[in-house]
Amino acid sequence: MSNSVNRIVAMTARYYYVQRSSWLRLLDLIYWPTMQMVVWGFLYTYLYQSKSDLASTAGVLLGAVLLWDILFRGQLGFTFTFLEDIWSRNVANLMMSPLTSLELAASLMLMSLIRLLIGTIPVTILALVLFGFNIYGLGFGLLAFFVNLVLTGWAIGLIVCGLVIRHGLGAESLAFSVVILLMPLCCVYYPVWVLPTWLQPVAWMLAPTYVFEGMRGVLLDHVFRMDLAVESLMINLVYLAMGFASFLFLLRSARYSGSLLTMGE
Amino acid sequence: MNRMERIDPAVAPVAPDVEEPPAIAVETLCKVFGEHWAVDDVSFDVPRGWTVGLLGGNGAGKTTTIAMIMGLVVPTAGRAVVLGCDMARERHKVLSRMNFESPYVALPARLTVRENLTVFGRLYAVKNLKARIEELTEELDLGEVLDRPTGKLSAGQKTRVSMAKALINTPDVLLLDEPTASLDPDRADWVRACLERYRERHAATILLSSHNMPEVEQLCDFVVMMSYGEVIEMGGPQELIERYECADLDEVFIHLARREAET
Repeated sequence: MSNSVNRIVAMTARYYYVQRSSWLRLLDLIYWPTMQMVVWGFLYTYLYQSKSDLASTAGVLLGAVLLWDILFRGQLGFTFTFLEDIWSRNVANLMMSPLTSLELAASLMLMSLIRLLIGTIPVTILALVLFGFNIYGLGFGLLAFFVNLVLTGWAIGLIVCGLVIRHGLGAESLAFSVVILLMPLCCVYYPVWVLPTWLQPVAWMLAPTYVFEGMRGVLLDHVFRMDLAVESLMINLVYLAMGFASFLFLLRSARYSGSLLTMGE
Repeated sequence: MNRMERIDPAVAPVAPDVEEPPAIAVETLCKVFGEHWAVDDVSFDVPRGWTVGLLGGNGAGKTTTIAMIMGLVVPTAGRAVVLGCDMARERHKVLSRMNFESPYVALPARLTVRENLTVFGRLYAVKNLKARIEELTEELDLGEVLDRPTGKLSAGQKTRVSMAKALINTPDVLLLDEPTASLDPDRADWVRACLERYRERHAATILLSSHNMPEVEQLCDFVVMMSYGEVIEMGGPQELIERYECADLDEVFIHLARREAET
């Protein structure tokens, strides 16, 4: 057990060393979420001051932007941390070491969390200072939303990493595109009832849908719905199990195809 | 007809006669990629404490064979057993007692040499890691580059750093894929001396692939020659030189390569 923890710490240290090796990498973590928040923040200000019916949804819009970023950045942080090893042709070194797949996944999760906190905390503070939008006003709900979105991001990240291991760097663009596929279906900016009736069951199969519905509940109705948070968590646990199983399957398949030998080329 | 069956029985490959179970046992190993047989019915043993050379031209199947021994590639048929464990199924039992170095694999370029060695030392649960890194720094002359990013080193320096990573856990079994390929003759000789010292001190088993025949003559107790995925000859370096009445192993290699090309 202690060796296992040591290996997770070693891998996290490895990713930390990369991160600190360049201030540009650190800036990159903060730059995109900040730019996104600034643009949407001005829209929030405009809507808020417009005195139209849309004024009440201004906060929902900015809340959705910030929460969506947690899902997007959580997944990117997980996947890009792993891609560092593919790009540096280090995967075979890791696969030949006593590091297990579970330990590798745990270290990627830990690093994704660290990257996410570095990227989002300053942005949420900026949203409060520049636009007076306090996402921490979501209270306990914020923690529940955060955990659920991060879990979804990790599950997607596991599948993307598995596909990259199996199919090589041709699959790396999935790091950006897969999560975008979820955006219209998990109803980030609008309630589920807006979707066509036949599409709504599909939306409710996605864990983030419960989070964004829950966020609207807190911001518009001032009610935190624990049932939505728990349902999201249950779906996420299934996602994580499926994500890890896919990762193991694709890794095994890569051992058969020999793609681990040419990884990074 | 299998190529092994075409070898004259008088010169048929004979595995070294030792009582102890081998450190590495390669048993009728095959690997097919699509319709291409990269490795075809390869069998050989590497006794404990021996250095065995895996020789062959480009595309002979050496790297794929080593990858199957490491467990990075699953064989289509046959098995590779290291320290008693089948590498396709129970590799995690022995990975901490093995290590490898290959030109196809690199260490993270942005990390300094010290950071890379620290990370891998921790992955292998090396005790007294600082002392081990100091020891390797001295042995492989890494003092000047220890705190430099690995990506900014010369090819020769990178090879020595990779060697340090391969030795970080003091492995019982060391797999080396062309360990001196990018080194100048002086550094190559120096690395060979390091490997010999390491094997003597730790009674380690080494399997290496190389195109450098003088290197193989100097380091190896036994040689396995491959061509087109198959083993075409085995024996001690001197034994092979005498068997083919050649001046050195280089000549033996050329003789066998041409014979295989003709058949």
